[in-house]
Amino acid sequence: MFSNDDLMKKLVGIITSVFLFSNVFAQTKITGTVNDNKNKPLAGVSISILNTYDGATSDVNGKFFMTTNEQGAFIIEAKMLGYKSATQNISLNKNEIKIDFILKEEVSELKAVTVTAGSFEAGDKKRVATVLTALDVYTTGGANGDITSAIKTLPGTQQVGEQEGLFVRGGAGYETKQMIDGMVVNNPFYSGSPDIATRGRFAPGLFKGNIFSTGGYSALYGQALSSVLLLESIDLPNRSEASASISSVFVGVGFQDLAKNKKYSYGINYGYTNLVPYFSLVKQKPDYFLMPEFHNADANFRIKTKRGGMIKYYTNFSANKMGLRNVDIDSSLLKDAFTLKNNFWYNNVSYRENLGKGWKSLLGFSYSTNNDIIQTDIQNQNNQSVTTGIHYIDDKKIALNSQQNLTVLRGVLEKRISGISTIRFGSEYWYSFNKYLYNNNFTSTIKDHYTAIFAETDLYITNQLAFKAGGRFEYSSMMKAGNIAPRLALAYKTGNNAQMSIAFGEFYQKPEVLQIMNYKNGVHQTGYTKATHYLINYIKNTSLQTFRVEAFYKKYNNLIKIFPDTNNTGNGYAQGFELFWRDKKTFKNIDYWISYSYLDTKRDFLNYPTTLQPTFATPHTLSVVTKTFVTKWKTGFNFTYNFATGRPYYNIAFNNNTNKYEIFDEGKTISLHNLGFSLNYLPNLGKQNAKTFIVLVASITNVLNSNLIYNYRYSYNGLNKVAVTPPAKQFFFIGCFLSWGVDKTQDAINNNL
Amino acid sequence: MKQLFIAFALLFSTATFAQSDKYMSAMKANIQQMKDAKTSEENIAVIQKFERIAEAEKTQWLPYYYAAMLKATMAIISQEDNKDALADEATTTLDKADALSKNNSEILCIRSLIATAKMLVNPQARYMEFGMLINKYINEAKKADANNPRPYYLEASNIFNTPKQFGGGCEKSKPIAEKALQLYNSFKPENEIAPNWGKENIEQILKACN
Repeated sequence: MFSNDDLMKKLVGIITSVFLFSNVFAQTKITGTVNDNKNKPLAGVSISILNTYDGATSDVNGKFFMTTNEQGAFIIEAKMLGYKSATQNISLNKNEIKIDFILKEEVSELKAVTVTAGSFEAGDKKRVATVLTALDVYTTGGANGDITSAIKTLPGTQQVGEQEGLFVRGGAGYETKQMIDGMVVNNPFYSGSPDIATRGRFAPGLFKGNIFSTGGYSALYGQALSSVLLLESIDLPNRSEASASISSVFVGVGFQDLAKNKKYSYGINYGYTNLVPYFSLVKQKPDYFLMPEFHNADANFRIKTKRGGMIKYYTNFSANKMGLRNVDIDSSLLKDAFTLKNNFWYNNVSYRENLGKGWKSLLGFSYSTNNDIIQTDIQNQNNQSVTTGIHYIDDKKIALNSQQNLTVLRGVLEKRISGISTIRFGSEYWYSFNKYLYNNNFTSTIKDHYTAIFAETDLYITNQLAFKAGGRFEYSSMMKAGNIAPRLALAYKTGNNAQMSIAFGEFYQKPEVLQIMNYKNGVHQTGYTKATHYLINYIKNTSLQTFRVEAFYKKYNNLIKIFPDTNNTGNGYAQGFELFWRDKKTFKNIDYWISYSYLDTKRDFLNYPTTLQPTFATPHTLSVVTKTFVTKWKTGFNFTYNFATGRPYYNIAFNNNTNKYEIFDEGKTISLHNLGFSLNYLPNLGKQNAKTFIVLVASITNVLNSNLIYNYRYSYNGLNKVAVTPPAKQFFFIGCFLSWGVDKTQDAINNNL
Repeated sequence: MKQLFIAFALLFSTATFAQSDKYMSAMKANIQQMKDAKTSEENIAVIQKFERIAEAEKTQWLPYYYAAMLKATMAIISQEDNKDALADEATTTLDKADALSKNNSEILCIRSLIATAKMLVNPQARYMEFGMLINKYINEAKKADANNPRPYYLEASNIFNTPKQFGGGCEKSKPIAEKALQLYNSFKPENEIAPNWGKENIEQILKACN
């Protein structure tokens, strides 16, 4: 027993000393290098012996060195974000080990190129350069919080002021479509009078981001020859809030409520616009006998689903009316009196869901109805309706009651196939119903069932190379014809923060309803119009600076001609290049951007006797936007300068002798210079206990009071030529926006304490 | 037999003591290195050391906590285009700490730091969203441990660094900094490797505000 005890003591001693010994003296050295698959050294890689503390970090040459006291079989791992980790089995037995690793780069959203040909993405998303956010729209001088006006400071757009819409790269305004959550919007602008552009109906704050595509856009969208403006509605608001506004032209109230659990929210807003006070102070060129008046109400609810999806509903109702007189172009003794009553109702329901296993779905439904009651009368100097017996004057007396309804159903499925490569496919159905009652006796109804199926894939070959390929099949019951529109884009990363993209696409669009109706009594005879886009661009950007250059060529086919017959024999082209530079870095506290567009375009369409530069296109357009916020004064100062060379105008009239349309006169307007300014003062900024958040806004368009001439109109006999100008050279605005935050996070914390 | 059992028990306990000693000494060394690190290369090396300890230990939240704190700090001070990426990495690491120690006041403080980094990417556009989160986590941290001085330190420091026009500055910061100092004076870290930072900065704030 004693000997046994001794033995035990010895054993204990031996075991303990072996343990200590092994701890101190059994060091193994490990050295090596880490390279990427192009054999370039990788710095900052973590090399670890798994399940131990031991490891090293590779240096700038990709080299590493470590020592370990461990013994036996282990796994050694090299790991770095953006690369696939590599492991090797090692045996630690005091002999020096040399190990080299090669790490393969993973295709990741953070590093991969994005297919950017043709599009400006704006929003606070991680991957894309923020080009234009809602805040940018609100703080663009002269834009007065109108999305379209702010977008017009980006390259590719024309400074067209007499019609609403975005005139992109030689395309007419109706060739650009707006989509909210993927669904096309009918009548996105307020109804107005001829030759005066109106505002968009949707406030910038409704959207978390927008993508403005100046060409070559995705197969997910169609029916726009030039361009799409994709507006993505916000999910849940940040907080509950009540708001009110009062300004020189409108008053408004609103409320939004965000549930304590942040799972749902709802809100309502109402605004009333009346131009009586403003027009009594600022003289307008037309004689407004019915002062413009707008009622606008909207409501929404948004629900977050269990799996992180969103259900959203948004509705907008508006009613407006106005009446104005201008001197008749054919007789200075007569006046044209125009009256308009408009009602508009828009609904949009969308449901976005994560289905698991890399699948996502987006379902949407939208319905809008728009009614315009328009009357044009010829009046004498006492503002009494007269009939002259002269056909070309009396023909201007028009009563039109038009109804446009659009129902859209849309479903898109998205699946991650490997890495970040994705496929998307889906379908949409539009039912449009248009009814026109003309001069109270002629009715025309145009219905169309339009169906499209589409598929697209974003294929990332490496972080440097990506493709976007897709196609779209469309069928319209009105056209009784279908078409297939292929789209293809490629992006290649040329360096750090720099990339090149090229894109190609075919785009089809149904002729405008009015083109069909006016000229062919509602009997449909035409087919799709078509544009083919080719573009190439280069972008270099960081979060503070963006440089972008893009060149394009666009071919138009099958444009609508209305003489000698209504058919699809029109054609045209557009080509040019654009530059964009945005910089928030160089000048302290100043954010500025410069856009320049060069455009060469001609087309033969409608009643053009030959191929002409259209009246809505000019070769050179420049915008300079600057914004600065002076913290000390709590005031932001925003300037926007828009410049465009003159646009052509024509007197195209029917020559009874030759039985053809001919150009009797033509010319170019003067260049356009428009300097806009706005100022926003936030008196309670930063006062954390302030109950009311106040924003005071003052803005003025055309600060320099330059002559703005958009076009010329001709009298029937061609002897009188009248400039198309805005109703007043300048527009002034002052407003006060108030909000009262109801921050429930604070309540929730206090209640739980 | 009894002896043999004791021997093995002894051996085992030496091993565990050694293990725990090893953990403590490695953590202590790393915390010192963290304090000494100047360049981003040195910071990355220390982060990786903490991560190795965390992965080997599997049940300790502290190494993940320090790794996340360093990543958040790097995100805040970065002058490059990688603030968002670093802040997201910090969140991933901090989530691992959070899984091991729920409703931890110290971890909530780091969440607030990460929100600060996110806000700084584009303060004008992000103030609404992330400004609210910064304060939310500070408040939750106070609630999770009323004696932790760090949420008060962060609050005081945020206000101190906010321009006066935006409701910041000394006047508003001082009372909170004083409360923080009071808590620092009575604060006793659990052990040598437990979070114990911020006191010097609070003293600096108070010095600057006197």
